[in-house]
Amino acid sequence: MDKPNFFNDFKNASYAQNILSKIRKFQNEITIMEFCGGHTHTIFKYGIREILLQNVKMRSGPGCPVCVTSNEDLAKAFVLAKTPNVILTTYGDMLSVPNEFGTLEKLKAEGFDIRTVYSTLDALKIAENNPNKKIVFFAVGFETTAPATAASILKAKEKNLKNYFVSSVLKFTIPVTIALLKSGEVKIDAVLGPGHVSTVIGSEIWNFFPQNYKIPCVISGFEPLDILQSVFLILKQIAENRCEVENEYKRAVLPQGNKIALKILNDVFEPASAFWRGFGEIPESGMKIKKEFSEFDADLVFNTKIKINEKNTACRCGEVLRGLIEPHECKIFGNPCTPENPFGPCMVSSEGSCSAFYKFNKNTILT
Amino acid sequence: MCLAVPAKILEINGQEAKVDILGIVKNISLLMIEDVQKGDFVLVHVGFALQKLSEKEAQKTIEIFKESV
Ligand code: SF4
Repeated sequence: MDKPNFFNDFKNASYAQNILSKIRKFQNEITIMEFCGGHTHTIFKYGIREILLQNVKMRSGPGCPVCVTSNEDLAKAFVLAKTPNVILTTYGDMLSVPNEFGTLEKLKAEGFDIRTVYSTLDALKIAENNPNKKIVFFAVGFETTAPATAASILKAKEKNLKNYFVSSVLKFTIPVTIALLKSGEVKIDAVLGPGHVSTVIGSEIWNFFPQNYKIPCVISGFEPLDILQSVFLILKQIAENRCEVENEYKRAVLPQGNKIALKILNDVFEPASAFWRGFGEIPESGMKIKKEFSEFDADLVFNTKIKINEKNTACRCGEVLRGLIEPHECKIFGNPCTPENPFGPCMVSSEGSCSAFYKFNKNTILT
Repeated sequence: MCLAVPAKILEINGQEAKVDILGIVKNISLLMIEDVQKGDFVLVHVGFALQKLSEKEAQKTIEIFKESV
């Protein structure tokens, strides 16, 4: 057997045609929601929505961590960045997200020390190299990203670093999927399960979709062929009257996930109520730093409380995230809201629906 | 943000590894995975290997892509 090529074999156009011909044998019309911004990106990049339109409608859900960060939580980053002697570190996407205070990018241009990092370990290095400064990592993300933040706190404790802090707006994905289904606002026939979140939390945990909501779920990889194959598996389940969790992304996702990563996450964080853009407060959906690590909790060490004025803006990211509207249904989509001049987070992050829709909507390279 | 990419392990030094991501060499942490060797593929996310990629499962998936109905 040939060795698989993890890059090219999953983009092969002739295999794509083969899967598509199998998909087109099904007649039923269904709506599938993808709960992961990475899937949204691939779906738009490869024109998968248009290819499938005959019978399958893809809807994006609240799968982009930057997009679901509420304005209150975002405001904390501005307060922290302006705190004397603080170096604010965060992942790159956060810098261009606009809110009533402007963007972190603008603050940085004004001279505040804000640095983007690739990894929390880079933030730790900044802390070690700047013993007289206080380094705060503004942590955004889901279960995929949270273990890396938790690991940085464990490392800081091990190294006895007294100048490293984390402000966590990290979130658990399952509560928001349940909130969305319970709201009944969108009709979903099946779910494309988030591949990389599942790398950490496993595939079995998604059994509540078929068991409690009678919705089939296929955990999918991120290459275009993974997504097509997952759509095929969903159609097949429905045609055969089955309703279960299937794992298309077996090369990376185990039934129980990554136990080490989960342990690291659960050692440091505990569930707490959190605010989501578009959804409001969802109980047990936030990751709060546990008491035993409170010395690293930036929200306790610094005063991050701030009152914000929820202005009525034209941005409809909340509805986009709930799957209620498509990006182009927003009046200012494309004019004036563009990735260069974003009015909301969904146009900033590469995983945001508005950004993906704007950049790739005309691509249909697989047909 | 949940983007994770396949990378090939070039060198292991304790809990760290040097990996090749489509020609770009990066140092990553192996804190969250076990039993990996030089030459293995791992899924990398924000500087950490999140999972070892199974060549056997990858090959099976590719075979499934080729199957006709
Ligand atoms: S197009 Fe821009 S303003 Fe409209 S919902 Fe998307 S990000 Fe918000």
